[in-house]
Amino acid sequence: MATIPTTASEIAAAVASGVITAREVLEAHLARIEEREGEIHAFNLVTADVARAQADAIDADVAAGRPVGPLAGVPIALKDNMCTHGIETTCSSKILEGWKPPYDATVVTRLRTAGAVMVGKTNLDEFAMGSSTENSAFGATRNPLDTSRVPGGSSGGSAAAVAAGFSPVSLGSDTGGSIRQPAALCGVVGVKPTYGRVSRYGLVAYASSLDQIGPFATTVADAALITEVIAGHDEKDSTSIPQPSPSLVGAVSQGVAGMRIGRVVDLPGGAEPEVSARLDAAFEALAAAGATIVDITLPSLGYALTAYYLIAPAEASSNLARFDGVRYGLRVNAADTNAMYGATRAAGFGDEVKRRIMLGTYALSAGYYDAYYGKALKVRRLIAQDFDKAYESVDTILMPTSPLVAFKFGEKADDPMSMYLCDIYTIPTNLAGHPAMSVPFGTGAHGLPVGIQVLAPALGEEAMFRVGGALEAAAGGAQ
Amino acid sequence: MTQSGSPISAADVAKVAHLARLDIDDAQVEHFTEQLAKVMGHFGDIDALDLSGVEPMTQPYPLVNVMREDVELPTLDTDEVLASAPAAEERRFRVPPIVGTEG
Repeated sequence: MATIPTTASEIAAAVASGVITAREVLEAHLARIEEREGEIHAFNLVTADVARAQADAIDADVAAGRPVGPLAGVPIALKDNMCTHGIETTCSSKILEGWKPPYDATVVTRLRTAGAVMVGKTNLDEFAMGSSTENSAFGATRNPLDTSRVPGGSSGGSAAAVAAGFSPVSLGSDTGGSIRQPAALCGVVGVKPTYGRVSRYGLVAYASSLDQIGPFATTVADAALITEVIAGHDEKDSTSIPQPSPSLVGAVSQGVAGMRIGRVVDLPGGAEPEVSARLDAAFEALAAAGATIVDITLPSLGYALTAYYLIAPAEASSNLARFDGVRYGLRVNAADTNAMYGATRAAGFGDEVKRRIMLGTYALSAGYYDAYYGKALKVRRLIAQDFDKAYESVDTILMPTSPLVAFKFGEKADDPMSMYLCDIYTIPTNLAGHPAMSVPFGTGAHGLPVGIQVLAPALGEEAMFRVGGALEAAAGGAQ
Repeated sequence: MTQSGSPISAADVAKVAHLARLDIDDAQVEHFTEQLAKVMGHFGDIDALDLSGVEPMTQPYPLVNVMREDVELPTLDTDEVLASAPAAEERRFRVPPIVGTEG
C-alpha cells in the first residue's frame, strides 16, 4: 500500500489519480483515532460507517472514470454544532443529546459534493461558549501536544483532531476566536473567514451577528482549499454575502513583497513575553520577505472584550430560547408548560450557558438596555471604524492569536473573567466582521506552540492568505 | 442613566433567571451573582468612552430585504421532524397544559 499523504490537497490528488483509494486513506485515519482517541477525546461521535460508505462511493467513481471533487477522499471532522442529516448533533449539551437533525448544514452538503469523507462530530464547549472545551457536557478534550493541558476552545475537538492526525482537516465555528485560539494552542492553522462568506445554514446559532464557520488544517494551503469549497453565496442564509467563492490557494505562495503589514502600537497588554517575542520575530520575517511594516493605532481595541461579552450573550439569550423542550431535545415533564420550560432548561444547560443567557437577558432587560446592550453596539461601531482607518494605510494587521500558550485543566474553569480574557486579541475581528487566521509560528513557554494572527479587512481573504503563507514558509525555514 | 459598571444583585439574578426560564435555587443564585458581578465589574470600562453621536452597529455586513421568489419549495419531512420531538400526537407537538394549573 502506498504511503498516506498528510495534507488534504495531496490526498485528493492521490485518490483522484488512483494512486491510493479513499478507503485506504480513511482506514489509516480510523486506525489513528482507534489508537489515541481514548486519551484525547476529540470526538463526540466517530462516524466510521458513514465514512466508509462515502469513501467507497468515491473509489467507485474513480474506478469508473467519473469526475471527482477537489476533496476526493479527504477525511474531515465537523464541529458538533453543524447539522448532519440523521446523525446525532449535540452542541456538547445535554439539552440536545440524541437529537438527529432532519437536514444537512450547507457546509456539510458542499463538503460531500466536493468528495470529502466525514469521520466524525467533534467536541466543543457547550453551544460554543468557552475557550478551553472544558464546558462540554460530555467531558473535556485534551491537547494532543500535552494532555495535561486544554486544546483551547470552543472548537477544541476540531483543533485536536487535526493536531492528532485523526483527520487532515476539520471545520469549526468562530464567534469570538473559537477557531483561531484552539488552532494556536494546538499548533495548527485556523481560519475565520469574513462574516457572511460561509453559509451559517445548519450551524446551531450562538451569536448570529458574529458566528462564522471556517477550517482547521496542518498547512495554510489546505486551509485555503477548504475555504474555497465551503465559501460562496447561499440563499438559505439571509446574511450570506452575494458573491461567489474567492480563489485563494494561489495566494498562499504568492509572497508578501510590497505588502504593508500593520503593527498595533497600542495593543492591549497581557500577552506572555514569549508570545510577544514570536510576534516580533514574525514582523522580522515578513520584512525580510519584502513587506513593509507600518505602525498603526487601534484605540478602541481595549474595549472590545466588554462589547463582545454584552453583545454575544444578548444574542445567545435570544437564540437559545428555542431550547424549550417542545420540538426537539430534552424535556423535563412538569404540570404546565411554564414549569416544563424552567425545569428543562435548568437540567439541560451547563453553568457557562446559564451564565451567558442570564448576562444577555440582563443586558437586554428594561432599564439596562441602554447602559449595556445599546452602549456595546456603539463600541462595536468604534472598533469597526478603528479598523477602517487602519486599513487605509495597511493591507493586513499582525497580532498574537492568544495571549497565552495552552494552559492546564482547571486553571480558569471557575473564573469566567480570566477565561474571557483569552479572547482579547480574537474578538475585535468578529465584532468588525472581518477575516483573520492563526498560523503556528514557533514555540513559547514550556515549548508549546504560539499562533500568530493575520487580520484583513472584509473580503480580504486573499491578502490574509498571502501573509499566512509567508509566515508558514518563514516558520518552516526557522525550524 | 445606569452605569455599565453597576453591581448586579442577587435579586437581579433571580429575576433574569425567571425571565430566561431557568429554574435555579438560592445557592445557585448566590454563586452566579458572585461570578456575574465580577464580570460586570469589568464592563464599567466602556463608561469612559464618549459615545455621543456614534451609530449603533448591529451587523457587520448590512444587507437589506433579502427575499426569494415566492414559489413553493419542499419543506422538512413532518414525520421525521416529529420523530425528534419529546412528545407528539396527531402530527402535532404535544405539550403540558398552558393555563389553569396554578392557584
